[in-house]
Amino acid sequence: MGISNIIFLFVFLLAIIFFTRNLNRIIKNIKLGRDINRSDRPYDRWKNMFRVAIGQSKMTRRPVAGILHIILYLGFVIINIEVIEIIVDGVSGSHRFLSSILPVVLYNFLIGSFEILAILVLVACVIFLVRRNIIRIKRFWSKEMTTWPRTDANLILVFEILLMSAFLIMNAADGLLFAAGNPHYVTSFSNPISQYFQFMFIGFDVATLVTIERFTWWFHILGILMFMNYVLISKHLHIFFAFPSTYFANLNPLGQFSNLDSVTNEVKLMMDPNADPYAVPAADSLPPDQFGAKDANDLNWVQLLNAYSCTECGRCTDSCPANHTGKLLSPRKVLMDTRDRITEISDNKRKGKEDTKSLLGDYITAEELWACTSCNACTDACPIELDPLSIIMDMRRYLVMEQSAAPTELNMMFTNVENNGAPWQFPAADRLNWKDE
Amino acid sequence: MSELKIKTMAQFMSEGKEADILFWVGSAGSFDDRAKKITRAFVRIMNKADINFGVLGTEESSSGDSAKRSGNEFLFQMQAMMNIEVMNGYNVKRIVTTCPHSYNTLKNEYKGLGGNYKVQHHTEFIAELLAKGKLKITGNLKGTRVTYHDPCYLGRANNVYDDPRKVLKSLGLDLVEMKRNKRKSFCCGAGGAQMFKDPENGSQDININRTEEALSLTPDIIATGCPFCNTMMTDGVKSVNEGAAEVKDIAELIAENI
Repeated sequence: MGISNIIFLFVFLLAIIFFTRNLNRIIKNIKLGRDINRSDRPYDRWKNMFRVAIGQSKMTRRPVAGILHIILYLGFVIINIEVIEIIVDGVSGSHRFLSSILPVVLYNFLIGSFEILAILVLVACVIFLVRRNIIRIKRFWSKEMTTWPRTDANLILVFEILLMSAFLIMNAADGLLFAAGNPHYVTSFSNPISQYFQFMFIGFDVATLVTIERFTWWFHILGILMFMNYVLISKHLHIFFAFPSTYFANLNPLGQFSNLDSVTNEVKLMMDPNADPYAVPAADSLPPDQFGAKDANDLNWVQLLNAYSCTECGRCTDSCPANHTGKLLSPRKVLMDTRDRITEISDNKRKGKEDTKSLLGDYITAEELWACTSCNACTDACPIELDPLSIIMDMRRYLVMEQSAAPTELNMMFTNVENNGAPWQFPAADRLNWKDE
Repeated sequence: MSELKIKTMAQFMSEGKEADILFWVGSAGSFDDRAKKITRAFVRIMNKADINFGVLGTEESSSGDSAKRSGNEFLFQMQAMMNIEVMNGYNVKRIVTTCPHSYNTLKNEYKGLGGNYKVQHHTEFIAELLAKGKLKITGNLKGTRVTYHDPCYLGRANNVYDDPRKVLKSLGLDLVEMKRNKRKSFCCGAGGAQMFKDPENGSQDININRTEEALSLTPDIIATGCPFCNTMMTDGVKSVNEGAAEVKDIAELIAENI
C-alpha cells in the first residue's frame, strides 16, 4: 500500500463519516414531525415506488425535461458501478479491478455503456443549463427561486459536466497509455466515446499522460465524494429521498383528505346524549392535541420527508391555478419553506439558540394559504408524488380551529352551515322547495 | 313544467318501502337558482328511466365539504356524523349526486366516520343507464360544438374522466377538448371553499382564465358536471364575452334530448 492509497482511504472514510453524520441530522429533523401511519398496504407501496421513482413514470409528462432527466438518472445509477472499481483501485492500488474478475466481453460492455451514458449526461446537462439560464423557462425564475435555489441548480449541473468530462478524459489518457504499452495500464477496454478525445493528447509523453490520467482519476472520485456531501445541503437530495417519498406517498384518491381523529373524539362526545356535560377529564388524560399546524414540527414526518425530497422543479407551481393568475400562493414555496423552517428549528435546538419564529407567519402567510382552491393540480403534477396541499390544509386547520382566523366570508359560511345546514343563508325547511318550482 | 315524481326517504319509510337509491341533492342543488334547474333535469332523467329513488328533503344537510376544505374540521365532522346517522337510519346503500364536492366527501371521507355507501356522480349514473339501454336518446345535437370542463373533484380527485364524455358523445355532438383537459384540467376557481369568498389579490380571476380558454374554441356550449363550476363559468362568460356560449350541465343536455 503506497502513500496515495493511504490518502485515498483517509479521504474516502472522512467523506463517508461526514455524509453519515449529516444524513442522520436530516433524518432526525424529519422525525421531529408528528406520527402518521403509512405502513399499510406494503405491496401497493412497493409498486408505487417502482412505478414512480424507479420507473420515472410521471417524468415524461413533460417530454423534453422527462427524457433528459431519464438520461441523467440512468447515467447516475449505471455509471456509479464504476465507483466500485475506483474505490477498490484506490484502496488496493490495482488498475481497473473489475476487468480482473469480469469476462472481457462484459467489462468492455460496461465501460462502453458508461462512456456512452457519460456523453449523453454531459449533453443533457448542457441543455438543462441552457433551459435555465438562456431560454429562462418561467418556472425556474419565479419569486421563490431566489439567488441560492438558482445557483444550487446550476452548481449541480456544472458539477455533473465536470465529473463526466473527467471520466472521459481519464479513459482517453488510459487508452493511449495502453496503446503505448505502459506496464501499469495493461487493461484493454472498449472506448466508443473517449477515443474521440484522444486527439487532444497526441504527441504527449508518457509522464504527462500518466499525470493527466491520475489527475482526472482523483478529480472524478473526489468530485463524487464532494457531490455526495453537497447533496445533503442542496435541493438535490431527491436522488435519495424520492424513493421513500414515493413509498410513503398518499395512496388514497387525491380528493380524500384526512379526518382528524382528535376532532372525531370530541364530536362523538358532543353528539352522545349520555355524555355527562360536567364531567371532569380524568387526571391522567393528556391535553388535547393542537389542531392543525402552526410550525413545521406540527406537520407529520411524511410531510417533512416531502419537504426534503423536493427538487424545486416547479411543476406544481406551474400548474397551480392560483399562482397562474398572480396570487401569492406557490406550492413549491410551501415545501421549500417547510424544509428551511424545520432545518432552522433543529439548528437552533442544537445550538441552544432562542427560537421565536414559526412556519405560519414568518415563512408562509395566511394570504398564501387562503388562495388555494384545493384542486390537486400540484399533487398530480409532482413527479415524485409530494403533497404540498396537505400542508396547506393543516395550516388552514390551525388558522380556523385554533385562531378563529378565517376570512370573514368563510366565518359567515360556517355560521350558515351550523344554523341552516347550508353554506348560504336559506332556512333548512326550504330545502325541498326546488321540487315545486 | 312536466310533473316530477319525487318521494322523500321519510315517505318511503312510512309506506313500509325502501328506495334503491338516495339522490343527494346537495346545498347548491337545493338552494342555488341555477343549480336547482340541474337538480330538476336529473330528476326528469331518473323518472324517465323509472328509477326507484328517494331524497332526504329537509333531513338533508350540508355535506360539510366547504367547511372541511376551509379547515373547519369540527364543523365538517359534525355535519358528516349527522348526515350519516340519518342515512344509516334509512338503510342507505347507494347514493347518486349531481355535485362532485358532495360526491367526493360522501364517497371518500364519510367511510372513516361510519358511512359506507356506493356513491356515484350523476354522469357515471347516466352512462350506466345508457349502457343498459334504460335511457333512449331521442334528440340529436349533431353540429353543436361542445367543450367539457372537468370539475377537479370529479376528475383529478377521483379519476372520473370518461363517463361524462361518453354521455356527451351519446348526443351526437362535436366534443372539442381544451388544451388543459382531464388530468391537466384547470380549476374553475370555486374549490376549497373559494366559492364563498372573494379571491386573493392577483392579476386575473381563475374563472376568467378558464373561460377564456374554453371560449377560444368557439363552442356553442360549455358543458360541466358541477354546480360550482357552472356558476364560475357562467360568470366567466358574462364578463369575457356575454352570450358567446351557453354553460350547461350534462344532466340538462340529456334531459332535453330524451
